[in-house]
Amino acid sequence: MLRRRFFGAIPVIIGISFLVFLLMHIAPGDPISLLLGDDATQAEIERTRREWGLDKPILVQYGEFLSRAIRGDFGKSMKFGEPVTKLVFERLPATIELALASLFVAVLISIPIGVYSAIKHDSLLDHAGMALALVGVSLPNFWLGIMLIYFLGGQLNLLPVAGRIEYGIQVETITRLYLVDSLITGNFPAFWSAIKHLFMPAVTLGTSLAAIVTRITRSSVLEVMRQDYITTARAKGLSERVVIWRHTLRNAMITIITILGLQLGALLNGSVITETVFSYPGIGDLLIQAISLRDYKLAQGLIFFFAMMYFVVNLLVDLLYMVVDPRIKI
Amino acid sequence: MPSLRYLKIWVGGGIVVLLLICGLGAPFLAPFNPQEQRLEDRLRPPSWSAQERGPYLLGTDNLGRDIMSRIIYGSRISLLIGASTVILAGVVGCFLGAISGYFGNLTDEIITKTTEIFLAFPFLLMAIALMAFLGQGLVNLILALMITRWVQYCRVVRGEVLSLKERDFVTAARALGGRDFYVLLRHVVPNTVPSVTVIATFAMAIVIIAEASLSFLGLGVPAHIPTWGSMLSEGRSYMYRAPWLTIFPGLAIFITVFGINLLGDGLRDILDPKLRGQR
Repeated sequence: MLRRRFFGAIPVIIGISFLVFLLMHIAPGDPISLLLGDDATQAEIERTRREWGLDKPILVQYGEFLSRAIRGDFGKSMKFGEPVTKLVFERLPATIELALASLFVAVLISIPIGVYSAIKHDSLLDHAGMALALVGVSLPNFWLGIMLIYFLGGQLNLLPVAGRIEYGIQVETITRLYLVDSLITGNFPAFWSAIKHLFMPAVTLGTSLAAIVTRITRSSVLEVMRQDYITTARAKGLSERVVIWRHTLRNAMITIITILGLQLGALLNGSVITETVFSYPGIGDLLIQAISLRDYKLAQGLIFFFAMMYFVVNLLVDLLYMVVDPRIKI
Repeated sequence: MPSLRYLKIWVGGGIVVLLLICGLGAPFLAPFNPQEQRLEDRLRPPSWSAQERGPYLLGTDNLGRDIMSRIIYGSRISLLIGASTVILAGVVGCFLGAISGYFGNLTDEIITKTTEIFLAFPFLLMAIALMAFLGQGLVNLILALMITRWVQYCRVVRGEVLSLKERDFVTAARALGGRDFYVLLRHVVPNTVPSVTVIATFAMAIVIIAEASLSFLGLGVPAHIPTWGSMLSEGRSYMYRAPWLTIFPGLAIFITVFGINLLGDGLRDILDPKLRGQR
């Protein structure tokens, strides 16, 4: 089954690559002329076009793009002059760190509120919890980010408003995740600085996810609580805490993990905006830079990379089901 | 709890009606021309603040333009883009979902694979990519958002049609000699309306945030058209000096999206109890 799932993904991946490739060719105007500006001569434009392989027939270009992409080669950035893959891997750890921190924030907020709302179903607290979730899902994350910068960064001067770590603090790179690296090397000033820099972006990105997961947690827990085995667990005389946290939540986790997995895409969406608001040096920020610099090669590579990452994460979520619920075979 | 359900619809619906009134009646409601620059009045605080007694209820921006008027006019863009995207994406998605579910076989295979490809892209990212390559513009923005939003309708309608086509009333319609498209459009599709209405409401909220996000990134409608997202983006540079430039457009987005989500929640409880608690 797993093999079928894996091979079934091939046409989807080819489709993704074709769509990404098409993007560059639907652009009105010539990307080379846009890149070189108005002062470029026709000879310069033709030479650059040949250099980038854009003079070849479109299907040949697509074939070359696909064969290179399979080998992990997305070409060179037109503006930075470096391989796209290198630029992506330099920035990727920052985005992964932000996504994981946001996930942590979301789980920390949503699971207790969701479970509590389900236990106190239809009470005032339940309605307050759900109203809070509705507020969270309706907050545009870039506005929340700006407001946090204004209040926590500007008015109260509690937290840094941009970047990943304080200027001048060095972190020995092992995994390139600053929190992990600084902990491994026992560099606590760096750890503290990285936490402070990560706090506002993670809250910004985690809030809307928390809102969605709160609602899902509540409904899944409610559904599980109505099952016969929960009545049996109570009849056995187990404490309410054991019934809720061990029997109910464990069974409700399948739905919660599914939603968390599906929402990782939303985190990638959000990372583009959040990284821009906080000038956080991840791949989302790099994508916006690539777009504003009209670096189509880099933008194309990044979009393909984002799509692949999303696709792989969804596949991993499916695998995770088997760990959470051994009855599931995929 | 029926009373709460109706409360959601009343409050959410009230906010949506207010948005409609603002959008449609903008020329009559806005106290100033949203484009008119009064440089002598630039960065004036809201008229109710301690240090100000001017005519600008929500203050002015760095070019002396009235924030209140720009927010009122901005609601037009949110409404226009939200409604057109939801309708266009709905028509395309429902049509493809219906034929995919009803006819099955190769049609279903092709449409399902296509939806999988589109679902492989985080939607806002795809909209960003499309806008980056298509360029700024109202039509491009609607097109980009439509291309990214039809899939949800398609998936839900396909699922519904798959179950509906096995029901007795569909078999009866076929047995009476109804042609495929007639049965599909007359008997099957109308039964998907409750689910589609709920999806459309939530989609409207998502599209409004997406439009604001794209405008915030400078990838939305051209800069001279006032939108809530572009107002926020411009206001960021003056955040500490003039916080009202970022607070009020953000509040407008939040209240609108909150109202639409509230309405969607209420509608879902009434129209589609199966979906309750899901998003």
